[in-house]
Amino acid sequence: MALTEARPLALPSGDEGNDYKPAGVFTRPTASTGWRSWVTTVDHKKIGIMYGATALVFLMIGGFEAILIRLQLWSPRGTLLSADLYNQVYTMHGTTMVFLVVMPIGAAFANYLMPLQIGARDVAFPRINALSYWVYAFGGIFLNTAWLMGGGADGGWFNYAPNNGVIFSPSHGIDFWNLGLIITGIASLAGAVNLIVTVLNMRAPGMTLMKMPVFTWMTLVTQFLLLFAIPVLTSAQVLLMMDRLFHANFFNVAKGANPLLWEHLFWIFGHPEVYLMILPAFGLVSEMLPVFSRKPIFGYPFIVFSGIAIGFMGWGVWAHHMFVSGIGPISVTTFSLTTMFIAVPTGVKILNWTATMWGGKLKFTSPMLFSIGLVTMFTIGGLSGVTHSVAPADSQQTDTYYIVAHFHYVLFGGAFFGFVGAFYFYWPKVFGYMLNETLGKSNFWLMLLGFNLTFAPMHILGLQGMSRRVYTYDAGYGFELWNKVATVGAFILASSVFLFVFNIFYSWRKSKSLPPVGADPWDARTIEWMTPSPVPAYNYDPIPTITRVDDFWYRKYGETKDGKLVRIAETEDVVQKRSDGKHIHLPSPSYWPIVLAFGMPIVAYGLIFSLWLCLIGGLIMGAAIFGWVMEPPDDPDAAHADHGPDDHVSDDGTAGELTEGEPSAEADADADATKEAETVG
Amino acid sequence: MADTTVYAHESVAEADAHAPSAHIEHDTNTGISNTKLAMWLFLASECLLFGGLITTYILYRTPLEGPTPHEIFDIPFTSTSSFVLLMSSLTMVLAVSAIERGDHQRLRVWIGATAALGATFIAGQVYEFTVFYREGLGFTTSRFSSAFYTLTGFHGVHVSIGILMLMSMLFLSLRGKLPEHRSETVEVVGLYWHFVDVVWIVIFAVVYLVPA
Repeated sequence: MALTEARPLALPSGDEGNDYKPAGVFTRPTASTGWRSWVTTVDHKKIGIMYGATALVFLMIGGFEAILIRLQLWSPRGTLLSADLYNQVYTMHGTTMVFLVVMPIGAAFANYLMPLQIGARDVAFPRINALSYWVYAFGGIFLNTAWLMGGGADGGWFNYAPNNGVIFSPSHGIDFWNLGLIITGIASLAGAVNLIVTVLNMRAPGMTLMKMPVFTWMTLVTQFLLLFAIPVLTSAQVLLMMDRLFHANFFNVAKGANPLLWEHLFWIFGHPEVYLMILPAFGLVSEMLPVFSRKPIFGYPFIVFSGIAIGFMGWGVWAHHMFVSGIGPISVTTFSLTTMFIAVPTGVKILNWTATMWGGKLKFTSPMLFSIGLVTMFTIGGLSGVTHSVAPADSQQTDTYYIVAHFHYVLFGGAFFGFVGAFYFYWPKVFGYMLNETLGKSNFWLMLLGFNLTFAPMHILGLQGMSRRVYTYDAGYGFELWNKVATVGAFILASSVFLFVFNIFYSWRKSKSLPPVGADPWDARTIEWMTPSPVPAYNYDPIPTITRVDDFWYRKYGETKDGKLVRIAETEDVVQKRSDGKHIHLPSPSYWPIVLAFGMPIVAYGLIFSLWLCLIGGLIMGAAIFGWVMEPPDDPDAAHADHGPDDHVSDDGTAGELTEGEPSAEADADADATKEAETVG
Repeated sequence: MADTTVYAHESVAEADAHAPSAHIEHDTNTGISNTKLAMWLFLASECLLFGGLITTYILYRTPLEGPTPHEIFDIPFTSTSSFVLLMSSLTMVLAVSAIERGDHQRLRVWIGATAALGATFIAGQVYEFTVFYREGLGFTTSRFSSAFYTLTGFHGVHVSIGILMLMSMLFLSLRGKLPEHRSETVEVVGLYWHFVDVVWIVIFAVVYLVPA
């Protein structure tokens, strides 16, 4: 124990005195800095940062593919890409942006912020959290290695049957797509279970569900959507895998299969999918707008329940993607109606955000600009979405650029604007320095300009009848001008993304000569701003007790009788001081998540190329699971051996009497390990 | 062997003497432990996975060529193996009850029995698949055959994973690493096992009993 006390933080150790004998070459990792600390980390904050960084890398790849598409369409009869290559590029662009960029950025914020917003030390299963990230990262890399092994998938991001069969797509591209997304699906599923348990079980004292910040609520809804949507996609992809690799007949029309099965399964997943991409951004905007309007969010329960309503109704609209597939007039009418209805809860949110700003003292900082950008751009995208619910109109718009315009307005103008705004907003909390505001504002205006130049003309192109997914067009249809505008816009958009990346490095260089940002640079409302910036490993010391929504704000401000805001305490007095965290026991790092994740793409390569590789990958995974099970989730030697990762400091303080109980600690920890590992199994 | 058992008892007793009571439940907001809640959520997700496969089977259960379900199914045989699987839920409950009473000897007996019953079911499935294959129902024969083998095979994989989990628990118990206050581990594995059984009731009804 004396040794433990002497350490700067109660971080894990791998002391010789430890009774735990690692099964294999891996001793318990100990590094808290350097690359090893990132590879083995189970800290939700580091995992969140890794999610974000990886998603930005994939954003570059997906963005490059977008630029290729726009260059090809610059003029009629473009020759940059062949028809085949064009198919691969737009398929991989869509797949990358949906599964490897937007969803993971949502996961990045959920991982980083949600435990902070509910006052927890970490997520419920820190090692499974690390596993989620590594599975996502390896799955994404696997998906993109298709480029080096015969070309990417070429059937669109939805890969409709029977076009996804071996006959129509003989390269391995769709196999990579299929297996890659099964792998990232495992990551999403593990993440969903983990984050839902965290929200439901690990809130700080006093934080009831209806006192949670809106982003946490939206995370909860999003993760429930993932929990139920991902397995539907997985089941469809298992069928496709059986067809493509083992010659089953699920989509083989010659044997009486119905290709519509794929469309139904895909969109039963696919429509909740679009809501689970946008809801995290909705949550983030609901955090930013009140801060820069200096008003509480308008109608907190309405914001929350409309989010839940979107979550539920999102399951009942999938067939509006299939109006022209011949599903019959009754289905078409039903899904037209449900699609019109789902605009209502979305409209409630727009109203609430507008009303939040109404009469507020608005401060137009970069996060605020991006938030307003989301509200306006998403409204445009939402309105064009409502036009899709009108089945006769939709039948004309299907497969035209009108659809492309619509979903870029909701996913780029909606989700991505929200995410970039939140990057500016939370940057000081995460990294301890502000991003430059002047560059940030230019970033916003450049992105808004580029975005609208790229995608607004696509409405017109679509209504003029230009088909999406066709690699070229002929002169004389009136498509030339707007395609040129869109291509110019795409380059402006790309430069705005580069400006953002430049801002990161520029501000980091400048920050060295500036004073530290402090815990609460924006005068914010929710409790994550009580923690020191950047957030220490232990998050809170002590865990705060929550009395109301926007608890942190009301620690700083009170109201007079006539509703005027008065400061009741200085920010420095309410925020938490950085402590040495000695008495706080944190979950220990582990090698096993990355090893287990590494086995998965090897199995997938094996399924495509040679079943021997499956054996190797399977052995790696088996060994990793064994090591995982045998390794205690908490180093028994580190601080209070008895405590689980979910313990709060507010425990009854019985930990001390257990220090000499070595066998007990070992048995406890082992059982704990099994418990956790079996959940994965 | 006898030595191991004695050692196990000592170690368990010692662990319990030092273990805080109700360690698992005491600090979650819902009162349900993290692990158990996670298992419930995972099983909820599994419902959708099986839902997709069962729907596919219903769509494809009438083949255009090759043997039909009516010709090929041996209902008495599959009913028997289904009965065996369902009885394993009973032994699973007895195992949970045994560890909650601190009866480690019976825990091992019932866990072993559960795994053995599960393995019997799997053996029945392997036998059934072999017979069907000999009678001309290959995986690629018809839309029915692909859907049938994928759905029931998928369930078989789930049962096998359950057996592996049961064997690991048996192993841990023999090593003295499954004391009473960790009885929830057995309970959580039990949840998974019961789920796999319940899914089989649905699959058995839809695949074998409901006429196409």
